[in-house]
Amino acid sequence: MTRHTISLKINGQPYEVAVEPHWTLLETVREQFALTGSKEGCGTGDCGACSMIVDGRLITACLMLAPEADGSEITTIEGLARNGDLHPVQQSFIEAGGVQCGFCTPGMIMAAKALLDSNPRPTLEDVRLGLAGNLCRCTGYSKIYEAVLAAAERIG
Amino acid sequence: MRWHYGRSAPLPRFEYFAPQSLTEALTLLQERGQGGRALAGGTDLVVQVKEGVKIPIPSYLVSLRRIPELRGIDFSARDGLRIGATATMAEIAESPLIRERYSALADGAEIVGSIQTMNMATVGGNVCNAAPSADTAPPLLAHEAVAVVAGPQGERELPLEEFWLGPNQTALQPGELLRELRLPAPPANTGGVYVRRTPRKQMDIAVIGVAVLLTLGQGDRIERARIALGAVAPTPVRARKAEAALEGKAASEALFAEAAETAASEASPIDDIRGSAEFRRHLVRVTTERCLLEAVQRARTA
Repeated sequence: MTRHTISLKINGQPYEVAVEPHWTLLETVREQFALTGSKEGCGTGDCGACSMIVDGRLITACLMLAPEADGSEITTIEGLARNGDLHPVQQSFIEAGGVQCGFCTPGMIMAAKALLDSNPRPTLEDVRLGLAGNLCRCTGYSKIYEAVLAAAERIG
Repeated sequence: MRWHYGRSAPLPRFEYFAPQSLTEALTLLQERGQGGRALAGGTDLVVQVKEGVKIPIPSYLVSLRRIPELRGIDFSARDGLRIGATATMAEIAESPLIRERYSALADGAEIVGSIQTMNMATVGGNVCNAAPSADTAPPLLAHEAVAVVAGPQGERELPLEEFWLGPNQTALQPGELLRELRLPAPPANTGGVYVRRTPRKQMDIAVIGVAVLLTLGQGDRIERARIALGAVAPTPVRARKAEAALEGKAASEALFAEAAETAASEASPIDDIRGSAEFRRHLVRVTTERCLLEAVQRARTA
């Protein structure tokens, strides 16, 4: 099978990479770029642990084939901190205790960022709907919702 | 089992093509022949290829992502609505035009899976996957959408009732692609609504779904009624007897209760993991009644 050379921007950096058609964007980002923050939970788009922002839209990278991302701008969890300062959503997750085992956290934070980008003043119900595609087996969600609402305050 | 602990099923190998035009895509399908699949948002197809149970593993995929003819949402009062096959659920749900004139479709598109699903999944994929429970299906059926199919011999148009043949089966022939959906402009004073029933609010599959369109005339007289049901038959279906029972009569709660009863009698559901046939018929009755009440409100303010 032939490899396809694709161009993409990951967290602001331009790259060219040769990918196999059956690689997912998630595998490619984790294994070719060693950005292992995004996780594979279910591999079927149900758990949200692989969530990334591609061309401004939150997606599950386990369901996107790598060649489909040709020409795209991708933001992963590694791209949120600026000059060593955590993104307000990340800081709020720490302060609210929204992290336990941490496996769902990168996806949760990307979903929360995407929500706040489009809706800076969400209600609790907006947050619940915005994170409906992200499963957490530890926290019971309450602390996560608190973190997202606190991040909205922090961003102002 | 092909998958192993700690990692979901990896994808099998296949060839991948990303044509830049509809003609190029049709030529590819023609030349490569059987064994290929068209790839749109991937939220159904990639899962099915990973699981390798529901469909045979494709030897090649043709990506529809870079084909301009398949994109976009346009409306004109004369021609109605055109939705390109690769318009996403998010694009449909966010379109002010669809919210205003085709509100049942906006209702359906905005509850498909998660935010992530809505950003990837396409209306063409939802229609071609042909699940009886698809959330855009009853609204499209109620709006009398026509599928425009492109193939080696040119284009043909099929009403969705002829496009869906059964669960996961469509009238698409080898080498054909769904190009777009066309929905006639609804008459003035039309209100539309879609409601599905699920145990979870999001990330769930309809136990049943009901779409209703009502067009009101003088004195709350129902000029036109369209009712479509999801997940109660091998394909999404119209409830024509219930529609006929409404047309020409003045809107009233008693009339709606009676029509909802008729709609339930037109459903032919099965027992499965999501609900018994009896439960589904009950849900159709209750949901149709509530949809009629909501549709008449929306028609009054249309």
